Amino acid sequence: MSNKQDRKSVAAAVEKGLARRKAKEKRFQRAGLAAVITALMMLAVLLISIVSTGMPAFTQTALKLDFHYDESLLPAGQTLNEETIRAMDFHGLVKKTLREKFPQVKKRKDKKALYKMVSNGTPYILRDMLMEDHALLGQIKSIWVLADDEVDSIFKGSKTIADSRLTEAQYGWVTQLVAEERVMTRFNWTFFQNGDSREPEQSGIRGAIMGSLFVIIVTLALSFPMGVAAAIYLEEFARPGRLNDLIEININNLAAVPSIVFGLLGLAVYINFMGMPRSAPLVAGLVLTLMTLPTIIIASRAALKSVPPSIREAALGMGASKMQMVFHHVLPLAMPGMLTGSIIGMAQALGETAPLLMIGMIAFIVDIPQGLLDPATVLPVQIYLWADVPEAAFRERTAAAIMVLLAFLVVMNLLAVWLRKKFEKRW
Amino acid sequence: MSSYWFGWRKAKVISGGDFQKLHSRLPYYGYMSALWSGLPALMILLLWLSFETTIVSSLVMSDLPPAYEGYSEQQKGLLLNDIKNLSEGRQTSGKKPELKILSDRYTQLKAIANMANIAVVLAIAIIGGVFASQKIKVETRARNNVEKIVKGLLIASSTIAIFTTIGIVLSVLFEAVRFFEKIPVVDFLFGLEWSPQTAIREDQVGSSGAFGIVPVLTGTLLISFIAMMVAVPIGLMSAIYLSEYAPKTFRSIAKPLLEVLAGVPTVVYGFFAALVVAPMIRDAGVTLGLDVSAESALAAGLVMGIMIIPFVSSLSDDVINAVPQAMRDGAYALGATRSETVRQVILPAALPGIVGGVLLAVSRAIGETMIVVMAAGLSANLTANPLEAVTTVTVQIVTLLVGDQEFDSAKTLAAFALGLTLFVVTLALNVLALYIVRKYREQYE
Repeated sequence: MSNKQDRKSVAAAVEKGLARRKAKEKRFQRAGLAAVITALMMLAVLLISIVSTGMPAFTQTALKLDFHYDESLLPAGQTLNEETIRAMDFHGLVKKTLREKFPQVKKRKDKKALYKMVSNGTPYILRDMLMEDHALLGQIKSIWVLADDEVDSIFKGSKTIADSRLTEAQYGWVTQLVAEERVMTRFNWTFFQNGDSREPEQSGIRGAIMGSLFVIIVTLALSFPMGVAAAIYLEEFARPGRLNDLIEININNLAAVPSIVFGLLGLAVYINFMGMPRSAPLVAGLVLTLMTLPTIIIASRAALKSVPPSIREAALGMGASKMQMVFHHVLPLAMPGMLTGSIIGMAQALGETAPLLMIGMIAFIVDIPQGLLDPATVLPVQIYLWADVPEAAFRERTAAAIMVLLAFLVVMNLLAVWLRKKFEKRW
Repeated sequence: MSSYWFGWRKAKVISGGDFQKLHSRLPYYGYMSALWSGLPALMILLLWLSFETTIVSSLVMSDLPPAYEGYSEQQKGLLLNDIKNLSEGRQTSGKKPELKILSDRYTQLKAIANMANIAVVLAIAIIGGVFASQKIKVETRARNNVEKIVKGLLIASSTIAIFTTIGIVLSVLFEAVRFFEKIPVVDFLFGLEWSPQTAIREDQVGSSGAFGIVPVLTGTLLISFIAMMVAVPIGLMSAIYLSEYAPKTFRSIAKPLLEVLAGVPTVVYGFFAALVVAPMIRDAGVTLGLDVSAESALAAGLVMGIMIIPFVSSLSDDVINAVPQAMRDGAYALGATRSETVRQVILPAALPGIVGGVLLAVSRAIGETMIVVMAAGLSANLTANPLEAVTTVTVQIVTLLVGDQEFDSAKTLAAFALGLTLFVVTLALNVLALYIVRKYREQYE
């Protein structure tokens, strides 16, 4: 009797709490969903803010001006050759052209402002054109030249007149040029063709991309064979023992050592002890090799583990030596997995910045590096350098460089995913 | 390469066309002689290249003219730089005729070294090749020979991890010890002030050169703490939701997207922190009437937290999935709701694993460099206010070592002492975390 009552009261108690518990359940589930959505929102905000900042850098503004390659540029009695062209005053030519275009400008200060409208790399472009075509001398040629970055920002709408450094007079000249259809925006090829520069409109990421390429080549060439060899030894040959444990602990710990510590190692060993040059892609590649090795070893071991033992036994049964078994049968089957791991390791290396700052890759380098020992910079370091410059035009370029870097990373990761999908085997 | 063919040919000749007689298959004889000639030569080449500059430099410096007798190590270093620049045809600071002679000597020695290098390497390659082909007979066990060498190479590759660790420890320790010769360890560990400017002139202002690590460490911990406040709740809740609640399709989309956060290079987060988040926080602070520094710890910490979310979530996901299904079923059978199961059964069971994961994430946050370099401050403030600018260990390492530097000053050596601290702290955290995670795994296996 009392038993029945107890049961009833328990049921009542459960019933009483049920609504509250269900509400709690709902709240908990919503909190979980909210957490996922917050994380994804942050990703979205990150990407959107970078894309919206970076997009304008992919176009640039050009002005059409009529340059008169006056014969008076060439001193009387001299012939046109490389040397005399080098001696010519193209800065003067640019200034003269601008003065003639805007004859109303008289005051010294205004003239200075006028000269600032075009990129200060213009004289060199004019010089190179004359170098290529000597017949230009004496002709009037309409050329699209790069606008200064302030003009560029105004025209692309990434700055308003209020926060631009452009004066009202300069703005007036721009509107005059627009009315004459002498202004256009075009795709920013300069960004992909030039090295770094102090002038935003002339700066590009070619040097940084080449630097990154060299570094990645060195890293891949060293870390892939060594990583695979280490994985083969640990997975196929090593017998459990002290040495083996030591190696494994080391690999696991190295994978978690902060990257900047690898930079310190590089600085102390490669540069100070071995006397290798600073800023060289070779040294950067060596440092990144040590950094990516654990990733590659761990991935390669996983790939070797996934090859079923029956393959090994079959090979051994046919009279193959252990080495033959590994290299002729197991390795080819594990290769796709190893490649996938290496690509992911390379993607990590491509985005790494901190250790490279330590070994001096932070220098301002205009020239495109041609070899492994040339001073170079890499894409992430270039981003770091540009992010420090206060000019708004450089901020656009920073974001654009980030977009290029992310594009590379996406391609590499997609390649890894594709490789995995294509060669994945279920045993 | 060519010795491969030599070995191959030789084996073919001695077998007289009857390959059955040979111990191993033909290519192995080729490999054998190639390895014999290639490996020693390659090793010599690498050793040579890594020591050439040091030896040549010390040779040049050893016959310095008497005028430079009294020079300190530092001045000698500068002198050597001048000499190198001169020999490469670059401009140097201050032209001195003696330097020209020295640089000529440097160039000359370099040229000799190069020639000698090529000669030695070639000679060793040839000797090795000849030696190997002498050894090739019908009964030579070429395959075993080659396999032994290959196995040696494999072992060598796998010990690189050990050598790297030793290299890190030695290089950092060595410089740190030199630092502690100048600054006592106690001052370094317990000093409350950090201003690494050492005096260039004696009478300079603000050049006390205080090397107390405490404010730097607290700054690091403050930023890491903020990061964990962001990353742990969001990461953990996402992991719970994705593994216990989310429908399959949602999980298959959301999980890789979360992983994308981990693949974004840190320099990108740094840019985001410095140019988007920091101004946002400052503006928000202004509207609330708070004085927020442009390089507030909050901005750096928040963004670092975003970076660590996927780290926490994927580690917790692993441990949550490792909790045996039977425990869940038992809780459901007792009438628990899902959230009660998660909170009262799964989380306590998974706690050690989650703690391990969080420790790993903390070590990540402490070692993270680019975000703080770009978004946190430079001056060391001993404060717990997240709106002020603080500095971190990694920021100090970067600022002390980037740019021109003399290698002997306490300032640059301090960077290595900081690096040592960083290495020890992260290593301890990692070892602890791995230990906890492993212990936990064993429990359920």
